[in-house]
Amino acid sequence: MQPGKNKHDFNYILGLSITSLVLLVVLTGFFYTPYDPNKMDAALRNSPPSLLHLFGTDNFGRDILSRVMKGAGTTYIIAVSIVFVGASLGTIVGALTGYFGGWFDEAIMRLNDVLTSFPSILLALVFVSVFGPGSYNIILALGIIFVPSYARVVRSEFIVLKERDFVKNAKLMGAGNFRIMFVHILPNTGRVLIPSLLIGFNNAVLAEAGLSFLGLGVQPPQASLGRMLSEAQGYLLDSPWYAIAPGVMIILTVLGFSLISGGLANEK
Amino acid sequence: MAVLEKAAGNETLLEVENLKKYFLAKKGMLSSQTAWLKAVDDVSFNINKGETLGLVGESGCGKTTIGRTILHLYEPTSGTVKFKGRKIDKHSIKTLRRHMQIIFQDPFASLNPRMTVGDIIGEPLDIHNLAKTKNERKDRILALLEMVGLNPEHANRYPHEFSGGQRQRIGIARALAVEPEFIVCDEPISALDVSIQAQVINMLEDLQQELGLTYLFIAHDLSVVKHISDRVGVMYLGKLVELSPSGKLYKNPLHPYTKALLSAIPVPDPNLSRSRKRIILEGDIPSPINPPSGCRFRTRCPHAKPICAEAEPVLKELEKDHFCACHLFDS
Repeated sequence: MQPGKNKHDFNYILGLSITSLVLLVVLTGFFYTPYDPNKMDAALRNSPPSLLHLFGTDNFGRDILSRVMKGAGTTYIIAVSIVFVGASLGTIVGALTGYFGGWFDEAIMRLNDVLTSFPSILLALVFVSVFGPGSYNIILALGIIFVPSYARVVRSEFIVLKERDFVKNAKLMGAGNFRIMFVHILPNTGRVLIPSLLIGFNNAVLAEAGLSFLGLGVQPPQASLGRMLSEAQGYLLDSPWYAIAPGVMIILTVLGFSLISGGLANEK
Repeated sequence: MAVLEKAAGNETLLEVENLKKYFLAKKGMLSSQTAWLKAVDDVSFNINKGETLGLVGESGCGKTTIGRTILHLYEPTSGTVKFKGRKIDKHSIKTLRRHMQIIFQDPFASLNPRMTVGDIIGEPLDIHNLAKTKNERKDRILALLEMVGLNPEHANRYPHEFSGGQRQRIGIARALAVEPEFIVCDEPISALDVSIQAQVINMLEDLQQELGLTYLFIAHDLSVVKHISDRVGVMYLGKLVELSPSGKLYKNPLHPYTKALLSAIPVPDPNLSRSRKRIILEGDIPSPINPPSGCRFRTRCPHAKPICAEAEPVLKELEKDHFCACHLFDS
């Protein structure tokens, strides 16, 4: 059944609407922002929301709406890259281990367990403190930390699918392992892989925000949602609007994608 | 009928000699003790070119395992399979794949749900480089679709849009794409509606005549096997217990197990059905991990004698072409 075609998929539709709204704002941010997001104005420091500055301005007098639009874009690009790195490596690892099995599978999966047994934020902290902060290092660090979860999802699907008759038949026809893995099995893992990509995106947004909040991610003056939250914490009581705008953006992003992935997972 | 041709060309296509396939089985979840599940235990037979050998037996008797071991989907534990005199092993199978195909039981599991019918049928052509150009590939796919009674426009659809019978036809078209000589039909009609079964069976027979195919036809339905097979092998618990031309087997079954199986075929005549004596077998099929000593059928055999527990009966030619493994015929 197509998602959204029955009553239970109210959540799915809600998620789609929230996400499209958020994406619209972010995509606009790449081409147009009301003000230059990095332009400071001492006269406008910490001014509350007004018609000129819808979400107010920050401690340097920068327009918060512009910074949220631009910053969310930065966050999204980083999150997508993290998911891309994690999912592509994870898919390759999961495909190889699930398909071939045996001692190779055992060895790699134990390594996977080791990687998952550390709290991911801690591992990212270690990585960043060794290689230094910055967007690229964050992408690499979080991407690698995301590998085990994708490897596991893909591996379990490969183990199930490799026993199916159509895979056996491909083997009988003389298809090579590579062809069987990527032409026959991989396209059939979409059912579980796509929802986990969406959830992964959510986790990546949160992880980026977390690391930037700790000052290890995106470096100033570049804006990102986590970076903004981190800067806003000093002004929480005097100018709460500074924290609210990026916070709400994160919440809407995560909520929207969660609802969509939930809807996709329910689809039978 | 093709009987004459078959008699003329008594060339052996496939030889199975002392084939054994054991699977490793754990004895319980916590135990590290292992045991061998003897799925196929010392089975030998030949298949002649152009004939259909039926293989029957109840679930778990090893008939599917034989089919898959012949095609080298499983590595045999011991014994050999020869195709046209060439031993099938890891290396030779690569060149022999083209000549040996399979039709699976479940038409819903055997087609890749993410590929169009055209790509499913075209894939073997791609793998073996049988179509030089795109147009040649397309023409071949359309010809194959026509051969199995499907329409050209079906090529762009996905498997879920088809019924079980149509899907089985797609599977047959895929098997035929590489122009094989030998096809293992692994219960190809068991999952189909009775009304569709006859269509598929007749199509398989027509294709056999047209293309000179040789079948190993695996089934648990004796009446279907009788219809399509030239010779029939009966299996029980990994052993071949009787092998005979199909007419002789149905007229004069020798092995007590075959007799019981044949008596279980329903007859579409209530009067005859009432007067007919049915042989009901007692008990369940024993575990292939720990089969009974001597004759494996002795635990359920109505005629079991002391010798049956001691010595394993060997397959002997009791009449011309009619083999049976049973101590009842020891002279």
